Amino acid sequence: MLLLKLFFAFIQVGMFSVGGGYAAIPLIQEQIVNLHKLMTMEEFSDLITVAEMTPGPISINSATFVGMRIAGIPGVLLCTVGCIIPSFVICLTLAHFYYKYRTVSGVQVVLGSLRPAVVALIASAGASILMLGLFQAELGDIILSNVRIVELAIFIVALLLLRKFKLSAITIILGSGVVGTIAYALMGAVA
Amino acid sequence: MQKDYSKLWILFRSMFVLSACTFGGGFVIVSLMKKKYVEELRWLEEDEMLDVTAITQSAPGPLPVNASVIIGYRIAGVVGSLTAILGTILPPMIIISIISLFYEQFRTNPYIATALQVMRAGVAAVIFDVVINLAGNVIKTKRILYIVMMVTAFVATYFLDVSAMIIIFVCLGIGLVDLFFTLQNKKGKVS
Repeated sequence: MLLLKLFFAFIQVGMFSVGGGYAAIPLIQEQIVNLHKLMTMEEFSDLITVAEMTPGPISINSATFVGMRIAGIPGVLLCTVGCIIPSFVICLTLAHFYYKYRTVSGVQVVLGSLRPAVVALIASAGASILMLGLFQAELGDIILSNVRIVELAIFIVALLLLRKFKLSAITIILGSGVVGTIAYALMGAVA
Repeated sequence: MQKDYSKLWILFRSMFVLSACTFGGGFVIVSLMKKKYVEELRWLEEDEMLDVTAITQSAPGPLPVNASVIIGYRIAGVVGSLTAILGTILPPMIIISIISLFYEQFRTNPYIATALQVMRAGVAAVIFDVVINLAGNVIKTKRILYIVMMVTAFVATYFLDVSAMIIIFVCLGIGLVDLFFTLQNKKGKVS
């Protein structure tokens, strides 16, 4: 029962990928490549590349990719549903208790101390993406003179538009993609 | 908490659009959700959105899916959860299903690569916009503890690569200690 095997493999991926995003990669590799041999290592690294280039969580992307290659549309549905069942059950339970007790003053005190941490985590994700955008490098490998002028300009203008004119996030993201690609095409620098 | 089924369509549509346009990790979509559901639609309070983020980060599974489960539940109970999940997972499912059929061409297309690179600058701008608002509000609480926690958590995640899970749990611990002292203080005043 290949489909059933796929389904349970992705339930495990969904259940044990704590910490989101890249935490799921080794888990998917173990389940899909090593344990069940549903994909080769080359296919898996292609998958990571494609998943990075497309929107959506990496575990949903890989569930879809693996499901499609192995069993077509039914495979896609089964893998994706398997992948989100644990999230759904656990988060629904947590949401239920959160909304039941969040006005209790003790709970407020504890939640209050989590908020600064969440702000810091979002800021850190933003800083990583900014460095990748401006230098195409991680923090440790940044060379200041390698700064990419087009990206720097887009970042500054985009932030200004967001602060002053409250443009929507989607407009900014898609707009920066279009403007930047045209700029590089005009410079003859699309490679 | 009121259930409002009339919002289901907007919920589905907004989750779909956010998910389709979110490149990069889970915290990107959290920034977008904050802009959409707190600032634009005013369905959620800002503190609530931060609590939801902390919960999604500590639960297993992909962050965007976890967040849509909770936000959906908040708007229209279990039906809302399912609606929000569907909106979140459909775009990656459709996109990856199509790409899996000809991913070699996609992966090597120079225009796609350039657009994805410059879009990072736009994504970074959106996150910074959200972070400026959030950090401003943490500073407005005028609690030195919260401000120190925020700065320390940022240094720990961005410069020292401490995982988000650990940050959340340490801050949860600090919150419990904070609660203990708050209760002690109250007792002292009563007696």
